[in-house]
Amino acid sequence: MDSGSAEGSGFSAMEDYESLIATTDAELLKRSWRNEKAAPEILQFETSLVQRSREQIQLMEETLEEFTRSGIDPLIVSLYQMDVDRTLFLLRSYLRTRLQKIEKHMFHVQKTTELWNRLSRQEQKFAKRSVEDIEQHFEQSVLSKLPDRYKSHLKQSIISEEDDMVPEPPLDTFVICRSKSFLGSFQLDDSGEEKPVDLEADDLYALRYMSIKPLVQSGQIDLV
Amino acid sequence: MASQSDPHGSAFSAAELEFLAEDEMVEIVPNMTMDTLNLICGDFGPFRPQIATQVPLWLAVALKKRGKCTIRPPEWMSVEKLTQVLEAERDSERFFQPLPFHYVEISRLLFDHARDDIPEVYMVRSLIEDIKDVRFHKIGTGLEIISERTHALKLKNLSAMEVNIVRPFVVRALQTFYKLDSPEMIQESDRRANRRPQAPDHGPRRQLRTGR
Repeated sequence: MDSGSAEGSGFSAMEDYESLIATTDAELLKRSWRNEKAAPEILQFETSLVQRSREQIQLMEETLEEFTRSGIDPLIVSLYQMDVDRTLFLLRSYLRTRLQKIEKHMFHVQKTTELWNRLSRQEQKFAKRSVEDIEQHFEQSVLSKLPDRYKSHLKQSIISEEDDMVPEPPLDTFVICRSKSFLGSFQLDDSGEEKPVDLEADDLYALRYMSIKPLVQSGQIDLV
Repeated sequence: MASQSDPHGSAFSAAELEFLAEDEMVEIVPNMTMDTLNLICGDFGPFRPQIATQVPLWLAVALKKRGKCTIRPPEWMSVEKLTQVLEAERDSERFFQPLPFHYVEISRLLFDHARDDIPEVYMVRSLIEDIKDVRFHKIGTGLEIISERTHALKLKNLSAMEVNIVRPFVVRALQTFYKLDSPEMIQESDRRANRRPQAPDHGPRRQLRTGR
């Protein structure tokens, strides 16, 4: 897996630069939304992108108010309104998809530093409160009535070695993705048993999420 | 607007795919004058009567609904091009013709909102239906190649909607074969098998019975 990301790292910097100058925030937001919706685990929060999108929406809403006051053609106002609505929808759906993921795997997210650090400050607050609420709920409704050794909300019983009652995101799952550029032959499995797959630009592949995770994170592959 | 999709099923709902397709560019011919629109998703216009300009589909549809423009159907949506595509789809059992990623959604939006701008609209519509059918049939037979040796699947030239429809099946099939193949799985089932006989020592069964 490491080889995949190392090979592409030079590429990635260039790609990043290209996409930075060629892509609008609306495009970037759409990409983050798609990736977030299609990835089994929670991805890095796009702090500055979300911030910028929020500012743009706010600015547009102010402009719209001004338009309405100054009596500009209602057609033009409605077109601007549609544009704001579309961006708002993307932003809301992006944030909501993340909250759903956090709710689903809150215990796992909380105890895994790597995942925890991907959350925004507000999301961390949300996760913390969700965990507290669910713990309290489990405690009051079930756990307090069980014998001592079954009282944990993380483990089936005290003899469990791992936290076996904590649902984890299914990283073994397959995702459908598209590479933006030719990524060369790509080793899918760490075992080395599998034949490498040629990842060509713009073609769609169904691949195991684990094997392309670094490429999703570096932005070389988009989930579809 | 597009509703949230079910997190357990397909990644995207049909409405969400339509939302994405609405960002594809089309050419319109306005019949009014309007200054450039500086939108969040980009700058479009200026709009002058009879001067063609490129806009996203959602904007084209919005203007069309108000009778402010005609939409020029994309080049691939002509009877001639579609007939070629259909023939080529039928000729090859394995390969798919390159069509726009959102061809299904784009054509549907145009049929719904700009019928009068599409020459030979009935013919175009039935060609697209036929192409869709042929492709779906091919996808169905194509997926039969998934086996325990399949660790990656190339879906060359499949469209957004086609991918979204086969996604649940493809993902589960690949995942199942992967799990059956992986050494961890075998260990896992060993471990479970070992653990089970110990269970009565901790008394969960008795608990369950008294509970009833």
